[in-house]
Amino acid sequence: MNRIQAAFQNNKAFIPFITAGDPDIETSEKIIKAAADNSADIIEIGIPFSDPTAEGPVIQGANLRALQNGITTDKVFEMVKRLRESISIPLVFMTYANVVYSYGKERFMERCKEASIDGLILPDVPYEEREEFAACCEDADVALIPLVAPTSNDRIAMIAKEAKGFVYIVSSLGVTGVRSNISTDIEAIVKIIRENTTVPCAVGFGISTPDQAAGMAAKSDGAIVGSAIIKIMAEQGKDAPEHVAAFVKEMSQAVHTV
Amino acid sequence: MAKAAHYFGKHGGQFIPETLMNAVIELEAAYEKYKKDPEFIRELEDLLQNYANRPSLLYYAENMTKDLGGAKIYLKREDLNHTGAHKINNVLGQALLAKKMGKTRLIAETGAGQHGVAAATAAALLKMECVVFMGEEDTKRQALNVYRMKLLGTKVVPVTSGTKTLKDAVSEAMREWTSRISDTHYLLGSCMGPYPFPTIVRDFQAVISKETKEQMLAVEGRLPDYVLACVGGGSNAIGSFYNFIEDKEVNLIGCEAAGRGIDTKETAATIATGKMGIFHGMKSYFCQDEYGQIAPVYSVSGGLDYPGIGPEHANLYDIGRAQYVAITDDEAVEAFEYLSKMEGIIPAIESAHAIAHAMKLAPTLSKDKIIVVTLSGRGDKDVAAIARYKGEEIYE
Repeated sequence: MNRIQAAFQNNKAFIPFITAGDPDIETSEKIIKAAADNSADIIEIGIPFSDPTAEGPVIQGANLRALQNGITTDKVFEMVKRLRESISIPLVFMTYANVVYSYGKERFMERCKEASIDGLILPDVPYEEREEFAACCEDADVALIPLVAPTSNDRIAMIAKEAKGFVYIVSSLGVTGVRSNISTDIEAIVKIIRENTTVPCAVGFGISTPDQAAGMAAKSDGAIVGSAIIKIMAEQGKDAPEHVAAFVKEMSQAVHTV
Repeated sequence: MAKAAHYFGKHGGQFIPETLMNAVIELEAAYEKYKKDPEFIRELEDLLQNYANRPSLLYYAENMTKDLGGAKIYLKREDLNHTGAHKINNVLGQALLAKKMGKTRLIAETGAGQHGVAAATAAALLKMECVVFMGEEDTKRQALNVYRMKLLGTKVVPVTSGTKTLKDAVSEAMREWTSRISDTHYLLGSCMGPYPFPTIVRDFQAVISKETKEQMLAVEGRLPDYVLACVGGGSNAIGSFYNFIEDKEVNLIGCEAAGRGIDTKETAATIATGKMGIFHGMKSYFCQDEYGQIAPVYSVSGGLDYPGIGPEHANLYDIGRAQYVAITDDEAVEAFEYLSKMEGIIPAIESAHAIAHAMKLAPTLSKDKIIVVTLSGRGDKDVAAIARYKGEEIYE
């Protein structure tokens, strides 16, 4: 069993998302450390992209701020290597195909291996195009984590069968961002996933409160939260680590008690 | 797994969020069905002839030919289509297809506003709801087109993310599509994006080269030696090239926007300055930095101000079947003024990029050679912006 699947072993998993380099790399490093110290089970680290087409305004803003402040893919790798001296929970990258492609797929995976990165989420690489990245991910032992959406229907089984790490269930139509209500039939999606794979599944997009996170974790194996954390980062700037720490603690507790 | 049919050589594919996959699969199936459906073909032909004013003229530019003193120059007059550009060809095809698919709402991106106006026009005609995303910068550069779309009953959404131009309008339209799919068709305006869009747009624009070929054979009894067209995403160019691709004696030249020069950062010349990448649903060439961040491109022309190029063009370049040249703002503006005075035809600033290359090429060729330049649109929309470029403040 790999480190990602182990993270789902004893309880439902809480997975915070943090855009690297927002507002700067030092603060990101502290935020990720704070999340790990406050019982996050897996941390999703966003490598900024200039044109993040799957993101709503909140995470778009984080990408823009990070790039304006000089973040690069190399600086993210360096940060993760430093973090790896003190944290051992699974870390996965979330970025766009062009960031990996332009870096050189093999070179990117080699650096992931050096930094003990466990997985990779590419929201603009659907099942049909996964072979572009799948082989080099496999060689570097980086799980290429697939997404399923409310519109996936007859595609869910096929996606689940090839899944590595975990299956990322997109809770709602549209882009990332806080939602007051999630109406998708998550149970129906989870049922098909479980019929087709032993890999766990977690729900993301739109989750911002402990109740929502617990509710989604109850229906699946975990909850992913992005925009709500990025909002705290945008509001608190360099003071964000302690605020994110408190938020992650509250959310983790809610998910772990499911 | 990736299907070879979804690629042009190594370019193309479907690099989009999972949320949109069933929508493009449904679109592909519908297109494969209706492109062979006699009723669909008849309805589209009727719209093209009786609404869009096809076939467009193939005009012999005699003054220009004599002035330049070399090859004979013909202009394929897409500027004479209803709404003033080639964009209507694709829009009527896709809007009709969307209607057959049971969609009631169209969304579209626009740069200069020509595709937006065409989409708004088709929506008005076919009684569909329409929302157009347009970079905030472009809404200022092309205020008349914004009002035109409103007149036609379309909602125009100014896009304030990123560089506030065409690429951001495409991103925003894609985001909108992921939030509302069941009743909405994304009416993409260029031969780009995920499969099947590059193929659908090319097929609907191929009427340009189909007519050019027939008209040229009728007038000259032979094929042209050169076909020139401007390239942003590349829809008028692929339409102008398509039926000549197998005719190896016909040289195909795409004219990209060099902006302030390909040695500057203020350029949109993708083939000249870009490298392979994956963006907006496709693998192709893109202007980008060493970390794959998409470049904030620039051109005087809002319609060519795009950091990528359609995958079929990227492949035509790779295999050496088409050639791509870069034309600066200054050269395009000079051609804009030249054609206005020389032939009494004010071209779109986009099309002026192709005219500019014809002005360089024709004098180097003998008089028995023939150049066809696709005049993709008319220049009324650009008059105020060109006046400003020349330092004259006028109000639209």
